Amino acid sequence: MNNKITCECGHVNPEGTELCEACGKPLTPQQPGQDNKNESLLNMRYDGSARRSQTYNRTVIDKIWNFFSSVKVGVWLIVITLTASMLGTIFPQEMYIPPGVNPSVHYEDQYGLAGQIYYQLGLHNLYSSWWYMILIALIGISIVIASIDRFVPLHRTLKNQKPKRHERFMRKQRLFGKSPSADTELLKQQLKKRRFNVREEDGHILAEKGRFARWGPYVNHIGLIIFLLGALLRFVPFMYTDDFVWVREGETKVIPSTEGQYYIKNEDFILETYDEDDPRYKEALQQQGGQVPKNYQTNAVIYERKDDATVGTDPELEVLKETHSKVNQPIKFDGYSLYQASFQQNEFSSMTFNLHDTGNEDNVHGTFTIDLSDPQSEYELEDGYRVVINEYFPEYELEDGAPVSKSKYPKNPAFVFEVHPPGDAEPEVSFAGIGRNIDPTNENDYKLGIEDFEMRDVSGLTVKKDHTLPFLGLGGAIFMIGVMQGMYWNHRRIWIHPKDNEVWVAGHTNKNWYGLKKDMERAFNDTGLSVPEDQQEIKAASEKPRAKEDEHGVKHNQQ
Amino acid sequence: MELSTISSNLLYAAFFIYLAAILFFGATVKDKNSGKASKAGKIGITLTVIGFLSQVGYFFTRWVASAHAPVSNLFEYTTFFGMMLVLAFIVIYSIYRLNILGLFTLPVAVLIIAYASMFPREISPLVPSLQTHWLYIHVTTAALGQAILAVSFAAGLLFLIRQIDQSQKSKHTFWLEFVMYIVFSTLGFIIVSSAFSGFGYQVAFQAPIEGEMTAIEYEMPAIAGPHDGELTSSGKMAPWFDAPVWMRGVDAAQKFNTLIWSLLSGLVLYGAVRLILRKRIAASIQPWLKKANPDIIDEVSYRAVTIGFPIFTLGALIFAMIWAQQAWDRFWGWDPKEVWALITWLFYAAFLHLRLSRGWHGTNSAWLAVGGFAIIMFNLIAVNLVISGLHSYA
Amino acid sequence: MQKKKRRLIFRTVLLTIMAGLVTYALFANFTNDDPVVAEGEQAPNFQLTEFGTDESKELKDFEGKGVMLNFWATYCEPCKDEMPHMEKLYEEYEDKGVEIVAVNLDSTNLVVKRFLEKYDISFPILHDKNGQVMDLYKVGNIPSSLFINAEGEVVKRVDRQLTLDKLEGYLKQIQPDA
Repeated sequence: MNNKITCECGHVNPEGTELCEACGKPLTPQQPGQDNKNESLLNMRYDGSARRSQTYNRTVIDKIWNFFSSVKVGVWLIVITLTASMLGTIFPQEMYIPPGVNPSVHYEDQYGLAGQIYYQLGLHNLYSSWWYMILIALIGISIVIASIDRFVPLHRTLKNQKPKRHERFMRKQRLFGKSPSADTELLKQQLKKRRFNVREEDGHILAEKGRFARWGPYVNHIGLIIFLLGALLRFVPFMYTDDFVWVREGETKVIPSTEGQYYIKNEDFILETYDEDDPRYKEALQQQGGQVPKNYQTNAVIYERKDDATVGTDPELEVLKETHSKVNQPIKFDGYSLYQASFQQNEFSSMTFNLHDTGNEDNVHGTFTIDLSDPQSEYELEDGYRVVINEYFPEYELEDGAPVSKSKYPKNPAFVFEVHPPGDAEPEVSFAGIGRNIDPTNENDYKLGIEDFEMRDVSGLTVKKDHTLPFLGLGGAIFMIGVMQGMYWNHRRIWIHPKDNEVWVAGHTNKNWYGLKKDMERAFNDTGLSVPEDQQEIKAASEKPRAKEDEHGVKHNQQ
Repeated sequence: MELSTISSNLLYAAFFIYLAAILFFGATVKDKNSGKASKAGKIGITLTVIGFLSQVGYFFTRWVASAHAPVSNLFEYTTFFGMMLVLAFIVIYSIYRLNILGLFTLPVAVLIIAYASMFPREISPLVPSLQTHWLYIHVTTAALGQAILAVSFAAGLLFLIRQIDQSQKSKHTFWLEFVMYIVFSTLGFIIVSSAFSGFGYQVAFQAPIEGEMTAIEYEMPAIAGPHDGELTSSGKMAPWFDAPVWMRGVDAAQKFNTLIWSLLSGLVLYGAVRLILRKRIAASIQPWLKKANPDIIDEVSYRAVTIGFPIFTLGALIFAMIWAQQAWDRFWGWDPKEVWALITWLFYAAFLHLRLSRGWHGTNSAWLAVGGFAIIMFNLIAVNLVISGLHSYA
Repeated sequence: MQKKKRRLIFRTVLLTIMAGLVTYALFANFTNDDPVVAEGEQAPNFQLTEFGTDESKELKDFEGKGVMLNFWATYCEPCKDEMPHMEKLYEEYEDKGVEIVAVNLDSTNLVVKRFLEKYDISFPILHDKNGQVMDLYKVGNIPSSLFINAEGEVVKRVDRQLTLDKLEGYLKQIQPDA
């Protein structure tokens, strides 16, 4: 089966071609009873070339291919995706509900029945749901197939076009006109001046510019595909890591997910707020009430591990950089980024106690400071007094009547002390912590009072490595180039066709007809050619219908 | 005079100059020959440019006064959006010289600027995440993109009012009236808010928020009070009913009340105008637009999309992603604002495909332009005030 | 015909590739758990000092033996509850070629010292003060126990408290063949 179509100009066109690739003659015969007058304007989409999918439709593969090739299908996919995206914003996504709450309870509790339905439909995790991902994937497939199907034939047609066009092609262009004669030399000169590429064949002229704009859609689609593939790369191990680390001031810690290669020391965490008396912002600060943060910053040292020793041994560290991480200014090294993401200001670093007589606070037997990250077993005081730490609870809590620690972090430090007076006297036991000081026997002679304490801040840093970013950037850049290429330039063509004693002029552009008309006005100046009339005209509602209007309110006017 | 005072005076000046420009563009509908050297049109565009320069003056003086680009809160952003809309209009005008377009674009800009000034206008400090050049790189490009797309809306609306058959009722006439009603509601919101804040109206409630009794203040009489709220001011109107239970945030019920006021005042205004005109509002405007060439308007509407779409993509998606990557360690987080930017982008992508490949011109295309603008406004207003506000966590 | 056939092949290949990518994405999305040292994998080596001594121990040292690696801390009540079970079975299984190694995750020496004074523990306690080994083994919740056979392969990983029966069962599994 070979359904190639041979045009009267001799050019052989592929099956499905609507306008001859060479001379532009419409390859469908004129409808009976339709003369040149009321034939509708030519459909210049893809220059009438055959979309490949339409011509082969025999196997399942072809059917699937043709399905995705359709712009109608593509638009439906976009519309479904955008509607689905809307649904996900009705209530917050799961990642934005308060941490630690149970979503199955939370949504019903907060939003009633609607919330429960939302949760049960899985809309609380819509954007990572399988069906949303499939929708995005289908759009991707549609972009690939639709582009391939249109690019090849369009490229062929635009490469093959001849200056000499069929009369029917000329007459049925949207811009078409006749003039008695023309100064073609001046015309060519003026066209070239307006940066048209001019070709001639037997006195027929084709002036063309901005053809590369036609490739814009294909370029931007390539950009989108690269972007989507880049997003897909995130699922490939080693391309992407996402971790989190809490570092205390003064602490040196391995940075997780770096294979034990990098360490961080938190030198200082800084939280600044705006001065409420700052004349610049005074009014707003008073309106808002409360403090407005100005800066979150972690001053840190990044170390690289230099030895090759086994994990767990004390590492041999070398300073890689001394720097800081602020919001908007992550620390970067070797493909990793550390983001200032969080902080805590509720930990103690040291506590200072004094030992005094129970009845007399002024009779002090000595003071001692406990470094909470390394408390000693016992502290020697003056005059032979000793204090032994019997038990240490970094984050004290009473559980079933027994003191326990909830974590290893000194957020609420408490101690069981044993006070040894000089000599062989029996030691006394007492319990001391923030806001509590308990004498279990009520007979103690001595008491430990908190004299001072120091706090330390904790910085929470996100650890990220994302090798997919360059692909996403490339995809985005190509998309922008393509979309600008297609939107900010237009493919404009002007055909000049000598016919008997007249000169016919036709013009076409893929967008911006106003610009084409302006081009014509200037290029035709003094050449004897007049700017052709626009054969398409939208009918106003208030006027009496003169021609049959199609469903889109566009009238195909007769001449 | 202080810089911040100069700044707000320049904004006032711009506002009134725009209003004057609208009058002159309005006068052009009576001109005999369209486009060609209409005197009123010339004055109109000159005034527009002067107003724009005055607003640029506001922008930069405020920048100096606040030590950061004034695009950091709802008032500043929305005002800037209005300014970009005027810029977009000036650019499109310089290509097509359509006076009638000014009659549709400038009122939208003026409404947007007036709407913006209903929000707190104090110069506010920047929280750490906003302290970056990306603040103005991202925000200004996104606003410019949206503004150019908004010109497409203005042209689309102009097209619809010009073209829709008003001799009989249809879904076209219904939705066109609906658009008119929304415009009136915006106007209603501005009038009602200014009036009550002019009188210094305040009414206080006690209501349980997250299990704690909290004081809530309304600046408009309460039609819908906070759920389980108790009126604590004396001599003020008691609410007619309580806001639904799921509106839990501190401001949720108050915003709901404001919405009711806007819609009601919109209804009153629309009803009054309709009573005076004795026909559909769009039908009353239609005769004034006879001179406009629907082909050109259709092309302007489409052209605005082709110019605005790449800028919108760059500003609202690409720059947004770069910034988000830098500030929050992820370029995309499915935050409602981001999702709605994506929805806008998908919508205009569909618009372009329908127009290019499926031949949607004229009326259909104009309706799409209206729909796109509705999405942009939803992202600007509803996502900021309703979605994050009602959920109260933002 | 040749041309048509080529076209069909092209379409088939492209569609297959794209379908494959989509399947991969979906699959990866739903198995996207944090990486852990999972069952069936080789247990990575480490070296830590034994608590209360200057001696350091390496996992490698136990090659040829079964190893139960237990991550614990003094602030973790269930960890402390399973300690006596481990102590009870330790002597018997040590003779059978199974070593119990407990990695402590506390940050201060004092709390561990006081704990060891109270409990009579005879198996080695290693101190992972900087959390390096914890990071290596991606330990989240404790208690977490890994049962490693004589070939160094993780046979079983349990991220919760063990009963005496279960513990014995797993120890049997990593007992080297006599």
